[in-house]
Amino acid sequence: MPELAYDVLVVGAGPAGMAAACRAAESGAKVAVVDDNPRPGGQIWRAGRGGYASGAIAWLATAERLKVESIAGASVFAAPAPGLLALETFAAGSLEVAYKKLVLATGARERFIPFPGWTLPNVMGAGGLQALAKGGLPVEGRKIAIAGSGPLLLAVGKYMHEHGADVRLIAEQAPRASLVRFGCGLLLHPEKLMQAIGFGGSLFGVRYLTSCWPIAAQGGDKLESVTLRRGARTWTEACDYLACGFGLVPNLELAALLGCRMSESGVAVDEYQASSVAGVYCAGEITGIGGLELALVEGEIAGLAATGRLETARRRFGARESGRRFAAAMERAFALREELKTLPQADTLVCRCEDVALGRIRSYRGWREAKLHTRCGMGPCQGRVCGSALEFLEGWRTDSMRPPVFPAKVGSLIEVSASLQSTVDKC
Amino acid sequence: MNEQITLSVNGRPVTVVAGTMVSTAVALAGAFFRRSVTGEPRAPLCGMGICFECRVTIDGREQCRSCQVVCAEGMEVRTDA
Repeated sequence: MPELAYDVLVVGAGPAGMAAACRAAESGAKVAVVDDNPRPGGQIWRAGRGGYASGAIAWLATAERLKVESIAGASVFAAPAPGLLALETFAAGSLEVAYKKLVLATGARERFIPFPGWTLPNVMGAGGLQALAKGGLPVEGRKIAIAGSGPLLLAVGKYMHEHGADVRLIAEQAPRASLVRFGCGLLLHPEKLMQAIGFGGSLFGVRYLTSCWPIAAQGGDKLESVTLRRGARTWTEACDYLACGFGLVPNLELAALLGCRMSESGVAVDEYQASSVAGVYCAGEITGIGGLELALVEGEIAGLAATGRLETARRRFGARESGRRFAAAMERAFALREELKTLPQADTLVCRCEDVALGRIRSYRGWREAKLHTRCGMGPCQGRVCGSALEFLEGWRTDSMRPPVFPAKVGSLIEVSASLQSTVDKC
Repeated sequence: MNEQITLSVNGRPVTVVAGTMVSTAVALAGAFFRRSVTGEPRAPLCGMGICFECRVTIDGREQCRSCQVVCAEGMEVRTDA
């Protein structure tokens, strides 16, 4: 029996999820937002010591005023029956939640490209280091190198600089020319221009190097330095942290488990953000990486459509179109270069959960075969890290999702199989 | 927001500001998080609950992602180090 039931259940408390929840709740629907983080906001709105960013405060206040319920610190691990999700929480064990309409806004994670030394402690994602800093990790006076690709590197560099870190450099793999073209495209989006400043030299006093990427990290029990390449030049920078991510990839596991049809860039949706599964809407990064503003407008459309207000939803289509144009320009500007495929060596670990090196993985023809023979992608992260790496390195797509989509305790799985059994009995 | 709380990491007390994540407390305690299946030291990678590199035992519960749990007074954290 489900312990909780809602008209609209939203998975993901980032911008897309909060916008969907607010728009759905305005119609009087009973709405809840589930998130596995202990606090709402998702990644881009993650609160630090100084609290939330102003953009987040307005949406979170609206959600509170409209009595949107929050189920925080809960991971969705199974969908035992249509209209039902199974959750596991740190604080209160497992529970089942029933819904009439579901909005998936599960966001994105960073793409990691393995290179020698990337498994050393203190080599982290760019967003990863920022999340830890916001979670209380002191960065003042620490030497930090930031590398990889995408606008996130700039945001993280700025954050670290403002919090007193000694940011040694930001290394962006994309060439300067494609970023300048992107910058020109941004003239249509003046509000985005601020994020793209500083090409060709320094940004808030930090070196910003284009066509530059890490080729190895060195250290004993933890990181001590990183070796970078730019053109014919290679050199080594001492650092305490290397914050390194190569763009974002959507978190598609739950949508795949529910059977949503996929497109090239994420979950396939119609003009109302409805997926191929009846009653399941998708918004934000999971429909294709597009950034904050596109996530908000997609969330609004999903929330409006899920509560039957299609006319109002249509009024947001123009804003979504402009967001999608920006996303397409961004994707072109920060496209990953082929040379990055040579970063991992035969003995570089690709699967960190099971410690499987690239050399072993490459002797198989595809993801499934490699998995069966090497256990690659079969550890607790379930391929969330190595899957997107191998998608880039080998062109492999991960295979179908089966529950649990997050590791769950045996007790939780038993409870879910009981409710699965009762659904079968009713048929 | 500046209230101090004390928890233990591998039996040693660590004092942090309320709202700090367990992952940060482990890092401040100087402990590393886990050993990989071949014995390498590992620490957080993603910071957002995806990579499972930061998993530790919290109040007897194994395999908790420390980046997703807020520190609480008297909490007992153990790493497998």
